[in-house]
Amino acid sequence: MTELLSFEKSRPNAHGPRLPDADVDGPGSADLLPSDQRRANPPGLPRLSEPEIMRHYGRLASLNYSISEQFYPLGSCTMKYNPVANEVAAALPGFTDLHPYQDEDSVQGALSLMWRLEQALCAVVGVERVTLQPAAGAHGEWTALRMIQAFHRSRGESRTEVLVPDSAHGTNPASAALSGFHVVEVKSGADGRISLADLESKLSPSVAALMLTNPNTLGLFEREILDVAELVHATGAKLYYDGANLNAFMGICRPGDMGFDAVHMNLHKTFTTPHGGGGPGAGPVGVKADLVPFLPTPTVERLNGHLKLDFKRPQSIGRVRSFYGNFGMLVRAYTYILAMGGDGLTQASLDAVLSANYLRNEVKDVLDMPHDGACMHEFVASARNLAPHGIKALDVAKGLLERDFYAPTIYFPLVVPEAIMVEPTETESKATLDAFATAIKEIVKQAVEDPQSLHEAPHGLPVGRLDEVATARQINAYLQGQSEDPVLRWKPAS
Amino acid sequence: MAERRYTKSHEWLTVDGKTATVGITDFAQSQLGDVVFLELPAPGRKLSVHESFGVVESVKAASDLYSPVAGRIAAVNDKLAAHPELINSDPYGDGWILKVELAGELPADLMDEAAYKKVAGA
Repeated sequence: MTELLSFEKSRPNAHGPRLPDADVDGPGSADLLPSDQRRANPPGLPRLSEPEIMRHYGRLASLNYSISEQFYPLGSCTMKYNPVANEVAAALPGFTDLHPYQDEDSVQGALSLMWRLEQALCAVVGVERVTLQPAAGAHGEWTALRMIQAFHRSRGESRTEVLVPDSAHGTNPASAALSGFHVVEVKSGADGRISLADLESKLSPSVAALMLTNPNTLGLFEREILDVAELVHATGAKLYYDGANLNAFMGICRPGDMGFDAVHMNLHKTFTTPHGGGGPGAGPVGVKADLVPFLPTPTVERLNGHLKLDFKRPQSIGRVRSFYGNFGMLVRAYTYILAMGGDGLTQASLDAVLSANYLRNEVKDVLDMPHDGACMHEFVASARNLAPHGIKALDVAKGLLERDFYAPTIYFPLVVPEAIMVEPTETESKATLDAFATAIKEIVKQAVEDPQSLHEAPHGLPVGRLDEVATARQINAYLQGQSEDPVLRWKPAS
Repeated sequence: MAERRYTKSHEWLTVDGKTATVGITDFAQSQLGDVVFLELPAPGRKLSVHESFGVVESVKAASDLYSPVAGRIAAVNDKLAAHPELINSDPYGDGWILKVELAGELPADLMDEAAYKKVAGA
């Protein structure tokens, strides 16, 4: 049995510490709030004693699964370990006691961190300037597309299409659509890489940009990236780099040198800030010189050793985030970069690629490998070889949960049937990788010998196999007014 | 029964006089898996060839639906709102999606069953 909701445990007369009545004169809430803003009845909050609510949250916390406890090989997500040193730096009172409206002269340290982080990120990806404002990767994509749009408009060009490969992250077409572009898909070739012929057929003076991630979502390096850049630039379009997979080649090569004009980075992936519910994220965007005028305001500028925020940038797309981005994440990422150094970042990428190839090699005989040869920092396997036993990628994933591993990304990228996408990252030991490979081998054996038990997995976890189909149908029926039952176990007393 | 024709985007249609019935193919439903939701247009809307007219959503994926023909939507299969599983259980029968009052000729890119089987890799 999983933990009951606090509402279900509520007892009518339970309460936490009682506060004494006010013994000083002063206005009460009745004096401070106009009557139409005051509620007539107290809110329907659960009633529990302090130990009851503390134990409730304590038990919920123990059900949590996180990178600080377990292996989290979620493909395309770079679930690296988040170093404690980052937290120590971010907790320094010089950072935590800042107020965003403080005078520039009193926050030179914070501005210096932003300036230095920008310089470091410029060096890693090979661009002219970086904005630190975007709050996450998709926000970075959107910010970059807005800059590209502003660039074309400044030249009097109306470009309405954005090209996206069929293996792209779903956020790419979503960001393009949100920016008002028409999305056109570019096909992958049989080798899993972008098809130059298909790209050429879709390029036209209407195309504003091609969005690409390299290595791509199949974990394969786009070898023809220089040709891709040449084709794209020849039509006047820009090349956008989705930085989700930057962990594959830091210090080895740079998107800027490959011809990318705008590059987003996920500090919560590549630069070890917390990720996935533990965030918030941070998705800085780097640009080449001709996009610099369009960067969001304010930028951090240095003049005679003094740092200032520059709001006077007439061609800027404006602010994309309140204040200066998720500053605490910037502190953590900068700490990581300083702790690693340039050589350390290079080693991290080399080890990430080594981990992925080691693991791929360990499981290549038991799962289908749709693409031959070495992978980069992640690999995509397919569970289609288990189809004769009625076993799907979903069953393999559930079997992994039962064995105390977080499941890899499944059913993505869409171009691989029954995809299982594994990204171990460099922070895992060989022992962990071996344990994971052993679990995969056990599951494949179970698929052959006892597929029914795998269909019923996970056993022994707080929640067993969920009926996703029935749930989704029931929710939709409720949303469409065809059912009264909103699927929830608990309903508020009306 | 009228001959069934197919599109590259995995819709099918049959034509009876000036009315076409449109659905998604058995291959499409098998690839999508259990369908949980359909977003469908209102009758009366005009469609051009290849125009996206709705979305089919399964636990695995959400895909656009494209009109194989030009015309005006004469009817939408009401049963699908409460029973999206009809797309899986009977894609060529009770799982039909639209009836379209045809405007003009049928497009030239429609395929017969043999040609579609090659596209679907069946």
